[in-house]
Formats: sequence, structure tokens, C-alpha cells
Amino acid sequence: MFGYRQNAKLQLFTVKSASRTGTQVVGLRCGFLIASALASSLSFDARAQQQNSTTPPVVVQPGAPGKPSKTLPPSTKGTLPPKSPADVEFMQGMIMHHAQAVEMTALIPSHTENKELQSLGARISSSQSDEIKFMKRWLAARGEAISMAMPGMPDMDKSGPAMALMPGMLSPEQMEALRKAHGAEFDRLFLIGMIQHHNGALTMVKDLFDTAGAGQEADIFNFATDADNTQRAEIRIMQSMLDKKGLDK
Amino acid sequence: MNRLQSFIFRLALAANVFYFGVSTMHAQTPTPPPAQAPDKAPAKADEDEGNPFAPQPAPTLPPGMTGSDTNDPRYTLTPGLYDAGETSMGLKHVLLLKKPDVFQLGTTDPDDPKVQKTLGLLGMGNASKAPKPLQLVIAELAFSNSDFAFQGTHLFQGNFYGVSIYDISNPAKAALLTTLVCPGGQGDVSVYKNLLFMSVEMPNGRVDCGSQGFPPEPPPPAGEEKKRHIPAAQKDRFRGVRIFDISDIKNPKQVAAVQTCRGSHTHTLVLDPNDRENAYIYVSGTSFVRQPEELAGCSNEEPDKDPNTSLFRIDVIKVPMAAPQDAKIVSSPRVFIDPRTGAINGLNNGGSHGKGAETPKDTNQCHDITVYSAIGLAAGACSGNGLLLDIKDPVHPKRVDAVNDPNYSYWHSASFSNDGTKVVFTDEWGGGLGARCRPNDPNKWGADALFTLKDNKLNFETYYKLPAAQGDTENCVAHNGSLIPVPGRDIEVQAWYQGGVSVVDFTDIAHPFEMAYFDRGPIDPKMLILGGDWSAYWYNGSIYGSEIARGLDVFELTPTKFLTQNEIDAAKTVHVNELNVQNQQKLEWPAKLVIAKAYLDQLERSQALPAEQIASLREAILGAEKSHLNKKSLAKLKTMSATVETNAGTAKSPVDSTRMHSLAEVLKHPVA
Repeated sequence: MFGYRQNAKLQLFTVKSASRTGTQVVGLRCGFLIASALASSLSFDARAQQQNSTTPPVVVQPGAPGKPSKTLPPSTKGTLPPKSPADVEFMQGMIMHHAQAVEMTALIPSHTENKELQSLGARISSSQSDEIKFMKRWLAARGEAISMAMPGMPDMDKSGPAMALMPGMLSPEQMEALRKAHGAEFDRLFLIGMIQHHNGALTMVKDLFDTAGAGQEADIFNFATDADNTQRAEIRIMQSMLDKKGLDK
Repeated sequence: MNRLQSFIFRLALAANVFYFGVSTMHAQTPTPPPAQAPDKAPAKADEDEGNPFAPQPAPTLPPGMTGSDTNDPRYTLTPGLYDAGETSMGLKHVLLLKKPDVFQLGTTDPDDPKVQKTLGLLGMGNASKAPKPLQLVIAELAFSNSDFAFQGTHLFQGNFYGVSIYDISNPAKAALLTTLVCPGGQGDVSVYKNLLFMSVEMPNGRVDCGSQGFPPEPPPPAGEEKKRHIPAAQKDRFRGVRIFDISDIKNPKQVAAVQTCRGSHTHTLVLDPNDRENAYIYVSGTSFVRQPEELAGCSNEEPDKDPNTSLFRIDVIKVPMAAPQDAKIVSSPRVFIDPRTGAINGLNNGGSHGKGAETPKDTNQCHDITVYSAIGLAAGACSGNGLLLDIKDPVHPKRVDAVNDPNYSYWHSASFSNDGTKVVFTDEWGGGLGARCRPNDPNKWGADALFTLKDNKLNFETYYKLPAAQGDTENCVAHNGSLIPVPGRDIEVQAWYQGGVSVVDFTDIAHPFEMAYFDRGPIDPKMLILGGDWSAYWYNGSIYGSEIARGLDVFELTPTKFLTQNEIDAAKTVHVNELNVQNQQKLEWPAKLVIAKAYLDQLERSQALPAEQIASLREAILGAEKSHLNKKSLAKLKTMSATVETNAGTAKSPVDSTRMHSLAEVLKHPVA
């Protein structure tokens, strides 16, 4: 399970299919869920049987290789690894980061006729929008703010003063240049910009896993792994588009 | 549904998200006060834009594609965690054993402000009344059940948090024996003799199986630069393959822990027929490469920058059975190499998905490998490609063929037909977390791809996907399955997550068809909560399903027009001592008369023999059974076998011809 969510197929879709990919699970929503889950935990389900072994089951925690195992009390419950502020910041920062990619891809229809780029853009837009939704769910389910409350975040308002950006994000000047470009020049700036942008995401993932105690929680681990795989693949595609067209010259 | 609670939650979320969206995407637009939003915001827009928990509606089908069947009873099952609606055909669901308590998140502390806040969002005031949904939402993957291994009367069920060991001497009364706590995901398991192997890939994995993970770095002192690069090398971290001694099933002990650069997402037990001293493990790693400071030699670089990169390879661990503590990596085969150029990134997925314009990309990882030592081959499901490997020298597997497919997103797993002439690959489109069986999801995407295998060449034949449509809150895509040993047919039972369990006949590879199924409704109707069967495997007469969120499913096959009781009984004659599905073993049937009866049922179904001949053969078999195989009855069977053998020579289809040959063999020398 859980190979990365490679969204290669999405290129077939136009922009309106942006909502199609990975319903990435997780999440609480309405009272109905609470009610139904409560009901099922209160009413004993006849189908789900308790074990009927002659000897009671044991809970064992092995030690390091060569060391003895410990027997834990039968009442032992699972615990999650410690929460890391870096996890929350990663998610909040990546939402910002992804939002710029979506903003960039939104320029494609009006700025270029390049079908290959349109297809790539639709796919990037789709997967990044989808991932934004996942990240919002992850944060909301944990009672965390969707956006960073602290200063130092990228200022998407191009008229405002330049502030620190997440790694790889295009500067207001770069965004402005992209907006003004058309045709082949747009293609070139877009590819160079998106490669820079994606490389930034890889840096963010690397930073996450290089941060002590971060990325240990299963959902964020899986997400960051997927994002890394997907963006690496897209970087290669974009690089070869650049190489092929001699656009980086 | 409680409208008020729902409304409050949506309001809170909408305000939150709306604010964010506006401030980031259209900062030039004045931000309206969030409180005004619900007044006029249509519920639809709220649903689509504001609420991140709302399921994604399926888009329209791409041109030329068809979706799945919405008239199937599986499409409309009622939701529930333990009380969902169920339906089945040809499968009897005999047991659901709930997940052990250890693999559930401990009761959430109701005083935790974070919990209070989440509950506040939900409009719930009292946290102590709602631990269950919080468990599901906050700790879905962390306690997910994963793959199976079997040995004797023991079933090993992997979990992201450890392993559950069950006594299945009576499958309908399966009983938990031992819960082994050892987090690190995803807990793929194999078992061989006294050793249990387990995959670990996540950074919370500890050499000592501790569940505490590693502490976050302390907050930086005030005024200090926020982003400091602190290498997180941890000598106690474990990512790789663990080896436990299970001689005492109630007290497993860790004997070795072999570290790898990318951890182990899955692994495959490989046994060399010519080397009984050692077991081998093929390690497939799919996640990030760790720093060299933590494990010497690891490199995350692209091959042009570092020819010794940890990407673009699998790892082979050698396990000396007499000294498993000495297990170590003995090779890291470059299975994606281009033999002409020597480039280690020699494979790509061929791009496309219909548009010729897409540029190929490199395949740098295998997701899972199924070895079939009896024929010296392995099928690697390697993200962008399906690989065929020659494994006669198991330490140095060599690629002999590779395929890609325009409809494939992620090559996930593989299995061979028993005669080694077919390979079934699966495409885990959406990673297993997505709803990919909705009515408008193409039935060529996230499906099985069936290939013929001849002279070390794979040739694509067709796709098979769960025919029934599933809801948009059910994660569903092709996943793990195993062969069901019905002689004379190629039958696989397969898990489709919340799509349930589907049994497919692919004897005629061009026309695979579903012959049995089980499904239950979604865990929740309003949002996708991860669940469903991860694996569905046949083991010694029963089918077991590893339900991610709910526990352990047990099924029995029941006769239908597609499958007779004789065929079921014939399948039950095959007994194995161990089952590690990705280490595929050749199925062999005893020459029992029930096997002959199964073949006769098949020949009757395909009308390959005259009805009178079938009737007289059945009569003779019955006579032999009643007489406990006395000489006279055996002689009669032998005589009749000659005719069947002759029939085989003129049978219209090769499949029926093979069945007749096999039938004749049983009739010649039946055993009790």
C-alpha cells in the first residue's frame, strides 16, 4: 500500500478536474459521524467477536537485538510519537508554497499555447490543490491553524514589502516577470520557476526529516514521502522539456 | 445528521479556510469578515471549497473510458465502523475480530486543549464522549493494519505499530495470542521457520522497539535565528528489516535489525532452492534516503551526481539461518540499469497516459517484488514499471524484461499464475488513500493489468478492475491478493481496500471475470476515513482479510454457478506449512478423487466432454469412493482414464485439454 500518489493521469483533465485526485482521507466533519461512531461504540456489535483463546493474549515489546522482550499490561494502549512544532510549520508552510504553484499554473491558459505545458500545468495544479486540501484536513483535525500566525511568512501581496519566502518560492519580481511574459518566454520562465519552486519543496521535505523529532507521525510521513516522489518526477519532466526545447539557453 | 453541529463546524472551518484562501490567493481583495460568510454562502460552495473534509466528487470520465457499475448492490451499502451494511456473493463472512486495544490510540486526554479545540470545531462540548472518531482521524495510518504472513496455525498481521499474532487453528474462532509492539510502519511481515521479518520505514522506528519515537528539538532561544539546521542523526533510529525469533510465540525476541538507507516499505522472503543455509530478503524502499551521518554510505543524489546513490536500487539481505544475528546486506542490485549504456537510471514509465507529449521519467524504486523461485523468476512492481527479474542467483537478480503501461500510475504488486505463464500486476493509483472506484473513475485506472509470460517476455492482455462502483468516501484501488488453489483454473482473491474483497477468474486471460465478492459500506458517509481490506489471501482453506481500521476478516468460499463444492473441496486439499504470498510457491494437488470431481465439474461447465461420459465418470468415481478404492473400482477408473487421455488430444481449448490430462492422471493413480 501507499505507493506515492503519482498523479500522472491527471494530465488528461482540464483545469476543472482539479478536484479529482486523492481524497486524501483523514478528517472529522459533522455531528453525524460522532453520533454514528458513538452509537457503534456503545452498542455491542454481535458480529465482532472477542477472542476466545484458552490463555489470555499477551502484549510483548521486544528489546534491541539480543535484549530480552518486555511483557506489557494487557490494558496497554497505543501512543503517538511526540508532536513536533516542525510538523505543523511544515504543513502550514507547504500550503503557502503550494498555493503559489497553483497561482502560477493559473496563468497558463492565458499565457501560452504550448499543449505540453498546459497538460503539465493541469496536472501540477490538480495535485497541488489536492495536497493543499489534505494539509488543511491534517491541520484542522489536530486543532491547528491552517495558516502560520507568526511573522516571516511569504507575503503574497506583490505590492507589499518583500518578506522571507518558503524555499524555492518565486520572488514578487519573478512572479511579475512571469505574469508579463507570453508564449515561449512564458514557457521558459514557467519551467525554470516551477523547477525552482519544486526544488524548494524537496528542500522543505529534507529539512523536515532533518529536524530532530519531525516527520515521525504516520500521516505526515506518508504525505511528505509522496510529495517528494511526485515533485522529483515532475522536476525531471520539466527539466527534459527545457532541455528538449533548448529553452534554458 | 445533526444540522446544528454540522453547521457550526462548517462555519468554523469555512471561516478559517476562507480567510486563508483570501489572504493568500487574492490578497488585493479586501477580506470580508468571516462571520458574514455563512449568511449567503451556498452550502454547495461550502462543501466544495471551505470544508477540507468533504469528499472529492469524481470528475467526468475521460473520452473513450468507461466507469464501474452503479447498479451493483455494493454501491449503496449503509455506512458504519462496525455496523456497516454488507453484501456478498460466493463468500461467507464468518468473522470480524476487532483490532487489539494496543493498536488503538489510547483514550484521548479530554483535557488536552488541542482535543478540546477539535471538538469545538465539531460542536461537541464533552470530549470524554467521543474518543472513537478522534482516534480514527488523528491516528489513522499510525495504527493501520497491513500485510499478512502465515505459518502452521499462526497468522501474523502487520500493523504500523507492530504485529498481531493469531491462533487460526479454527479459522471461525480465530484468537489473538500475542500483540508485538514495535512501531515504525508499515509492518510488512514474512515468516520462515523460527524467524519473523518486519519492514520499517518511518523515522519514529527505534532499534529497541520503543514507541516514544525521538524528541523534537527544543524551541530555539529567544532572538535566535529560527531555521537552524540540526542534523537529526540518531543512532537509536531504525529503518530497515527487523528479524524476530518466534520460537516462543508468546515471547518473540528481536535477534537482528538490518538498517537500510531508505528503510523498508515492503520486503520479500527469497529462498534459494540450492542454498538451505540462508534465507534472503529483497528490500524495497520508497521513502526518503537518510543522511550519511546516520547510516554510512547513504546518498540522496541523482545518479549523475553520485554513481553510488541509494536511489535506483533494491537491497538484498542475507540471513544465515544458524546465526540470524549476522544478517546483513550483501548486494544492492541496480535493477533499473540500462545494459547498453550502463546508466543506472535506465528505465522510465514510458510517460503518456494517453497523451504522447508527456516526457518519460525515471523509475528509481521498487514497491514490491514477488519471487517465484520454482521458475527462477521474480516480478517487480517498481513504481513506473513492471519488471521481470531472473533470480536463479538470488543475490544478483538480473532484469530480463520491463514493461510500462499508459494507464498505469504506480506499479504496486504482482503475482504469477501457478504455471508461470501469466502475471497479474496491480496499479495503486492514488496510493491507496484515495477513492478511485467511483462511478466515473475509469476501469482501466487503478486496476489489475494481466500479462502473459513466455520466453521471459511479458505481453499485455487486458485489465481487470472491481466491477462495482464505490462511494467517494471509500478508499479503493487494486491491492494485495493471492491465488486460490482450485485445480484447472487461475483464480485470485484480491483486496480492494473499502471496495472489499473480489475473487477473479483469469483462466482465460483475455476475459477475466468476477466470481465472488464481499463488501461492506464505508466507515463514514461524509468523509473518507482510511479503512478496508489491505490484503485478502487464501491460506489452507479459508480467506483472510487484513482490515486496516476494523481488524481481521475471515471468509469461506461458498458454491455458486461459477464454483462448485467439488472445486472448493479440491482447493482445500492443498496444505502449506507457511505462506508468504510474495514468495510464491508452486501449488501441487494430491491425486485425490475430489480433484477429479472438480475437473469434471469444469469440463461439464465448458461442455468439453459429452454429458454421458461425465455421468459415467462420476458414477465410477463414486463407486471407487464407496469401495474405499478397491481393486475393481481402481481398474475401472484406469480404463476410463485412457479415454479421457484420448479426449485430451482433441479438446477444443488448451485449458480443457490440460484439465483432461490432469483428470486422467488422477484416475490412473488415485489416493485416499
